[in-house]
Amino acid sequence: MKKLLMTGVAFATLAGTTFTAAPVAHAEDTMFVPSLSYRTGPFASGGTPLANGFADYFNMLNARDGGIGGVKIVVEECETGYNAQKGVECYESTKGKGALVYNPYSTGITLQLIPKAPVDKIPVLSMGYGLSAAAIGEKFPWTFTYPTSYWSQLSSILKYIDAEGGIKGKKIGFIYLDVGYGKEPIPLLEQLAKDQGFEIALFPVGVKEMQNQGSQWLNVRKERPDYMVMWGWGAMNATAVKEAAKIKYPLDKFIGNWWSGAHADLRSVGEDGKGYKSANFSGIGTSFPALQDVIKHVVDKGGSQVASKDLVGDVLYNRGLFNSVLIAEGIRAAQAKTGKKVITASDLRDGFEAFDLNEARLKELGLEGFTAPIKGSCKDHEGAGSVFIQQWNGKDWEKISDPIAPDTAVVRPLLEAAADQYLSDKPEWQTQTCG
Amino acid sequence: MDILYNILIDPFVQMGSAPDFFLQVLWSGFVAGTLYSLIALGFVLIFKASGVFNFAQGIMVVFAALTLVGLYQAGVPAWIALFLTIGAMFALAWLVERIVLRNLVNQEEIILFMATIGLNYFLIGFGEYVFGGEPKPMIAKELGLPTGSTTFEPFGGIVIIEHLDVAAVIMAIVLVSALAIFFNKTRIGRALRAVADDHQAALSVGISLNQIWVIVWFAAGIVALATGIMWGAKSDVSFALQIVALKALPVLIIGGFTSIPGAIIGGLVIGFGEKLFEIYWGALLGSGVEGWFAYVIALIFLLFRPQGLFGEKIIERI
Repeated sequence: MKKLLMTGVAFATLAGTTFTAAPVAHAEDTMFVPSLSYRTGPFASGGTPLANGFADYFNMLNARDGGIGGVKIVVEECETGYNAQKGVECYESTKGKGALVYNPYSTGITLQLIPKAPVDKIPVLSMGYGLSAAAIGEKFPWTFTYPTSYWSQLSSILKYIDAEGGIKGKKIGFIYLDVGYGKEPIPLLEQLAKDQGFEIALFPVGVKEMQNQGSQWLNVRKERPDYMVMWGWGAMNATAVKEAAKIKYPLDKFIGNWWSGAHADLRSVGEDGKGYKSANFSGIGTSFPALQDVIKHVVDKGGSQVASKDLVGDVLYNRGLFNSVLIAEGIRAAQAKTGKKVITASDLRDGFEAFDLNEARLKELGLEGFTAPIKGSCKDHEGAGSVFIQQWNGKDWEKISDPIAPDTAVVRPLLEAAADQYLSDKPEWQTQTCG
Repeated sequence: MDILYNILIDPFVQMGSAPDFFLQVLWSGFVAGTLYSLIALGFVLIFKASGVFNFAQGIMVVFAALTLVGLYQAGVPAWIALFLTIGAMFALAWLVERIVLRNLVNQEEIILFMATIGLNYFLIGFGEYVFGGEPKPMIAKELGLPTGSTTFEPFGGIVIIEHLDVAAVIMAIVLVSALAIFFNKTRIGRALRAVADDHQAALSVGISLNQIWVIVWFAAGIVALATGIMWGAKSDVSFALQIVALKALPVLIIGGFTSIPGAIIGGLVIGFGEKLFEIYWGALLGSGVEGWFAYVIALIFLLFRPQGLFGEKIIERI
């Protein structure tokens, strides 16, 4: 009996070793895209739908088209818990598997990976988040913020406010998660306040206070801002909208950024959140043919991790999906440019500068009207930068504006100055010259 | 000179010029304070019985609230879900005693503390596996908790009193009073103090250590459930709620780790203090002072009265 047990243990050990040593993603006919996800921790409410949409689109391409250009995409998740240190650990443990691109879904992790990207020759796609200055492609060849940056988005939100009755002389309250992400647009806000003649009031919310914002909203009542703009995430968002309703702040004057306007944020608030607005750059719902294909080829076949089919089409699910669309387009552009089926991370970097996601292409992809067109380029790593405004009707989000282009004339020089500032103490930093 | 004016004069001018707002700030501080007391109470109960800071108290709040909401979402009527959750908290207390604490009798306090850290991570993983990471709305209406608000107009201004806040204060007062009576006036309460002082001595006089630990962990579970319901109703039930429990640490340092009245007073000191300081002095320091104010007050207490306001002074003879 003991001998049998020992033999069993030996076989189990051997099997375990074999399993561990098996190549995960670097076979010739696959390409590897790591997914730095957070399905656990305080920000899991946002991380889970993002990770689901991200994986489901690639799985749909694999099932429907046999991958991209005949090469299947392998998505492997690594749990970061929205923690910068864990994010770096995930990066280090997966880069050797032939990672094509990193999507950190966290400004904190992005800031850690930006210096690593040119060294390891793996691009970072921080889709609409991260370091705004990375939009300057000449200074940040390995980082992309398509389809916009935090700074461009803020300028679009301020344009929206201006169009509602003029921003000059108004007081704009800015409530933000008091971490790198939340503080990122403040320099621009301060500059624009001077340039455009409005006043600002800042309301930081510590991570520990995300669900305990009584003081911040008492301060809002004291300061009486004409508009409130929010850079929130996770549990902060629902609490902020509830607190705003509690002090009877007019919710149609309260506008969140694109991380502050998900279904996960407002479902629990329900009717009390009616009127609250937020920016967005990806479509809502499942009416798009590409989404229908995801349901048909992945969700209905049990290949998705979504808890319920109803969650497909939610704001953050679609955003995760859109992230994969950008990568897929980059891969296609790289394949066309190099003539190779299996491309490298370096090829994908070039592909990101070459793709053209115009109206016709969006229609071909089954995503007509899903987002504003984006054209990759060497100089501009943020794309067109447009966002639209959506409003919560008590049960669902409704798109209420056309795409609002950023105030590029104002933002671009500031981004360039910020990029120069970032590089000022990095003499070895790799830049590129665009033709 | 301006700085002195902003520190010593201006805040009081603001209080006087907008007395309605000042009342609102005091009410907010009072509500926050009672809720902090409620969180701190869970820690005090377990510390009194085992001399250990229960690192898992925060996740117990989340676990209790998620069980309640999860059962309701599975189709169980709200009140039955509430009783089943109370049952689940009893089962948790029994399992903790059976699997964790029983094996650690008479061990160093640091070992018990490490065990609660392990329990914390187990409950996070188990909770996320069972309930998922998405935030869930608390079933406040279904449990009969009041919604809406009443607006008063004192001094020509307005003071908004949320009915839910009133319910939170009443629940906290009732729960704290009941527990204070239970642990101070009953035989079990005395047994509990004996266990806290010395495990072996308590055992030698016939006190069932195992029974006491189950009772105390169950009581802490009930407090966690009440805390989860009230905090969950104010925002959402999500794993982020466990972070709020960290606020209990300065409350305990101020009030003393072994005192129920201390938890109440400590909670109110922090509640009133952080709201008043944030609103009237916060701007001088760039706002957002609420996050660290409580810890600074706790630090001052540690310097001058390390046992807290009501804690027992520890004298060890060598």
